[in-house]
Amino acid sequence: MMTRIEKFFDSDIYYSFRRSKLTVTAFWVLMVLLASALFAPVLAPFDPYDISTLDLMKSELPPAWQSGGDATHLLGTDTQARDLLSTILYGSRVSLIVGFASVGLAIVLGVSLGLISGFAGGMIDAIIMRVADVFISFPAILVALLINGVLRGAMPRELHDQLAIVVLILSIGLTNWVSYARTVRGLAMVEKGKEYVQAAHVIGLHPTLVIFKHIMPNVMGPVLVIATISLGMAVLTEATLSFLGVGMPATEPSLGTLIRIGNEYLFSGIWWVVIFPSVVLAVLVLAVNLLGDWLRDALNPKLR
Amino acid sequence: MFAFIVKRVSQGLVVMLAVAFLAFLMFRFLGDPIDSMVLEDATTQQREELRVKMGLDDPFPVQFGRFVVNAVQGEFGISYRNRRPVKNLIAERLPATLELVFFAALFSFALGIPLGVYTALNRYGVVSQMLQFVSLIGISMPTFVTGILLILTFSVNLNWLPSFGRGDVVDIGWWSTGLLTTSGIKSLVLPSLMLGLFQITLIMRLVRSEMLEVLRTDYIKFARARGLSNRAVNFGHALKNTMVPLITIAGLQIGGLIAFAIITETVFQWPGMGFLFIQAVSFIDVPVMSAYLFLVAFMFVVINSTVDLLYFRVDPRLRVDSGRAGSHTI
Repeated sequence: MMTRIEKFFDSDIYYSFRRSKLTVTAFWVLMVLLASALFAPVLAPFDPYDISTLDLMKSELPPAWQSGGDATHLLGTDTQARDLLSTILYGSRVSLIVGFASVGLAIVLGVSLGLISGFAGGMIDAIIMRVADVFISFPAILVALLINGVLRGAMPRELHDQLAIVVLILSIGLTNWVSYARTVRGLAMVEKGKEYVQAAHVIGLHPTLVIFKHIMPNVMGPVLVIATISLGMAVLTEATLSFLGVGMPATEPSLGTLIRIGNEYLFSGIWWVVIFPSVVLAVLVLAVNLLGDWLRDALNPKLR
Repeated sequence: MFAFIVKRVSQGLVVMLAVAFLAFLMFRFLGDPIDSMVLEDATTQQREELRVKMGLDDPFPVQFGRFVVNAVQGEFGISYRNRRPVKNLIAERLPATLELVFFAALFSFALGIPLGVYTALNRYGVVSQMLQFVSLIGISMPTFVTGILLILTFSVNLNWLPSFGRGDVVDIGWWSTGLLTTSGIKSLVLPSLMLGLFQITLIMRLVRSEMLEVLRTDYIKFARARGLSNRAVNFGHALKNTMVPLITIAGLQIGGLIAFAIITETVFQWPGMGFLFIQAVSFIDVPVMSAYLFLVAFMFVVINSTVDLLYFRVDPRLRVDSGRAGSHTI
């Protein structure tokens, strides 16, 4: 008997993963980024949220290898004397939290609406799909900006900074549910005609149980692919919103906020504050996109 | 054909009504419109009078009807932040955005199509492989980072081009153009480059994959068998058939350009609609937000419908199919 792990290492998917050097590299790069974000409090040499450790004499230090650099601040410091390496570690943590949480929200919402739409049909289906049509006809960034504005308008001004992360997760999650709903709806419509579903009906199971217990597991494959691809998009959208000034506040910066702050000082020659977070962001998104592309091809038998 | 147009237009109207309803809900329920209009020390009586005068105590459908009638005439009220009619604000900013979007689109098509054709024809060449990889980076790179890099290179280090604003503008009627002055044209280069770069990579990859698909078909093989020159086969037969899906994408691209102009305009402090909108979102200036939403939705509906009609005209197969199966298939 093979264990599950042995089965995995023996599978086609693992073979196609190992064969593509680019994918393996992307995977390890992503793992390193994820681990450093997860263990940021341990790895980071300084705590950027602790104002008492900041020494304004040490602000705007260049990276350690440049003249005037300080060995304790490897990537230099920003205009508020925060250690750049630490802020980037904590910042990628915020970016990834928003990314994963918004993808999770989009999956829950999209899969449930897609299942209901495909299973119920008729009027409910028509309404959900028309709403989806309206969403899909606008670029994601525009929808996210609007939801963001509406959410912040609906809550008192003094809570904006505290709830910034929740607002971001909601606005990105509520933007991206459509692709899940459309895919799942199509699959659910196929599944509901199959015999095992009829059998479940015949033995008198409640429709909710049939939908979530019997149909849902059979439509989750493609959802995984969309989730990987849209994780890159979600991280990018978060960065963009923060860059535009409607995302994370400067006191709890994400990568996008760091780039926005760096951009304000571009002309004073402090290039490192903007370049390092940009590089981390671009590498993160590139790695996720490469993995997503590979997963899509690997799970699609037509393309082999 | 006529039935198709009617269907498209009525679909567009439904979308516009939905958007108008959203904009109305935002206007009506996002904060109290009265709060932002009266002075700090207004009495309850004064507030009530203004409420009645503005018709805010009318039944819901009446208010919505009035909102739609006003919106169609371009009336969206007074901006909370600038204290000026939203209509004037938008009219001032519209030319800047449209000029930016036009040049970005021009630029991305002028470069994206030839690059796509080249990479498809020389699929395994070194240059093509490099272009493919660079375009993958281009897709993953956030657009604002591209913009910052452009500024860092061409404005900060080389000092060739300005990094913010539109330069000197000339007014032609209500349209203020930056195209007639040197500083205006110089200011346009970097923003349209930044906005266009992302689209170049998309168009290049699309043309490449379409072209590869077409080059595999039988009629291309047959054209080669007939002894036609490479040039005639590649450009007369293959490229022509690549153009059909390109039209659809082009429409979507222009919509995307309008949306991404928000980011470009923020990076370059370009005084366009996108910059106005992002300021409105951060100050929760609801009239400007709902006006922008309405206007952009209108542009999108027009673009999408035009694309569908063009598609219908360009691809004869669509016409044959619908003639056979009846108009309900579309």
